[in-house]
Amino acid sequence: MQMFPSSLFDNPERLNRWIEIAQSSFLPLLKGALTYTLSLSIISFAIGLVIAILTALARISGSKPLVAVARAYVSIIRGTPLLVQLFIIFFGLPSVGLTIDPFPSAVIGFSLNVGAYASEVVRAAILSIPKGQWEAAYSLGMTYRQALQRVILPQAARVSVPPLSNSYISLVKDTSLAAAILVPEMFRKAQEITATTYEPLLVYSEAAFIYWLICLVLSFIQDRIENRLDRYVA
Amino acid sequence: MIVISNLHKRFGDLHVLKGVSLTVEKGKVVVIIGPSGSGKTTLLRCLNALELPTEGSVQIGEVKLDFSARGRVDKAEIARLRRQTGMVFQSYNLFPHMTALQNVMEGPVTVKKENPDSARAKAVSLLTKVGLADKLDHYPAQLSGGQQQRVGIARALAMDPQVMLFDEPTSALDPELVGEVLKVMKELALEGMTMVVVTHEMAFARDVADEVIFMDQGVIVEHGTPEQLFTRPREERTRQFLQLLQ
Repeated sequence: MQMFPSSLFDNPERLNRWIEIAQSSFLPLLKGALTYTLSLSIISFAIGLVIAILTALARISGSKPLVAVARAYVSIIRGTPLLVQLFIIFFGLPSVGLTIDPFPSAVIGFSLNVGAYASEVVRAAILSIPKGQWEAAYSLGMTYRQALQRVILPQAARVSVPPLSNSYISLVKDTSLAAAILVPEMFRKAQEITATTYEPLLVYSEAAFIYWLICLVLSFIQDRIENRLDRYVA
Repeated sequence: MIVISNLHKRFGDLHVLKGVSLTVEKGKVVVIIGPSGSGKTTLLRCLNALELPTEGSVQIGEVKLDFSARGRVDKAEIARLRRQTGMVFQSYNLFPHMTALQNVMEGPVTVKKENPDSARAKAVSLLTKVGLADKLDHYPAQLSGGQQQRVGIARALAMDPQVMLFDEPTSALDPELVGEVLKVMKELALEGMTMVVVTHEMAFARDVADEVIFMDQGVIVEHGTPEQLFTRPREERTRQFLQLLQ
């Protein structure tokens, strides 16, 4: 029975300690998730979506400079690691006199990241709407903007819900990288608790469990949104 | 009401319209016929600037647009021209995320900034007029092709256009649904609407048109009353085309 010398089950004292730590750390972790992980991901996603729509429109505008700028942006963001981007914003920019707090730094990094990836989703969704929809909108006298807002984007939204949900769920998990630039979100909380309890397996598993719970809820919300947007499709 | 002069349209090397001139008086119904690739749909689409002509001019009511290869046409002028016209498409192009009622209200509310309540009342009366009073809250996907096309007509009429343009409005329909759409169009003609119709429905042309225009290879080959054109065509090409239809 000495295969796992420090096995939990041989050691009732350690088991009790685990339960104690699990109980005392759960609320702080959950609080980190609710106050930082969620707000960080929601704010970044909202800003990122606006960037994505603008970038997608630039890509399909046919104007050479706009297309070039949009392509360069997407290429740079997609071609470099998110963690490196966050480090440049938080640790790098102060050396040119631009010091940004951890949370806004994270928002900038994540928004730019979402913007680049989601722009491809939005672009594909807009291009998937038949040309006749633009023509019908124009024939009613709509401007480009009205056609986009009233006719094209609502239909593109339906097409892009599944891939955008994917992006959002990825983002929720990616917010753990903000721990590295000192944002006190859930993963950083977990690191702090680990530092005092010396139980990384337990605490990080707990954090993982909470991420998974959040993503379960998000998948549920995604289904609801899809059902709602599908109501006009026979 | 409509004055088209010397209209040219090139798509790259393809010369689709080769100097088309045409005048349509208020309240008249003009039917354009011709083989596919003759430029009839392009001509119609030039009338509301869905295609920008390469050369020539289009005047509808008070609004006149001059086109040339280089000069860009003012967007506001294009919008004004479009507000004079209502367009009905071969594939309906209804907005699938809106109900029949919302489709018809959309133009007045978004473009003309009409009060939603009065726009709704008008939309209901237009949909009633095209026989769809019981389908107000149906989405396009829940309607037959003929019903969708009638919503399309109501949607165009909601903007109070001076001119209605029909681009092969029955070509995508099952044969048994063609009649209900043509009936609505005929009623519209009887009310004095100025209409330009591209169609293959010769019976409709014979019955409703004031003038029939035969186009081929980017030019108007012949035009006249339906009586003249169908029974005594002057041009050989017209005769050949009409024979093919029989």
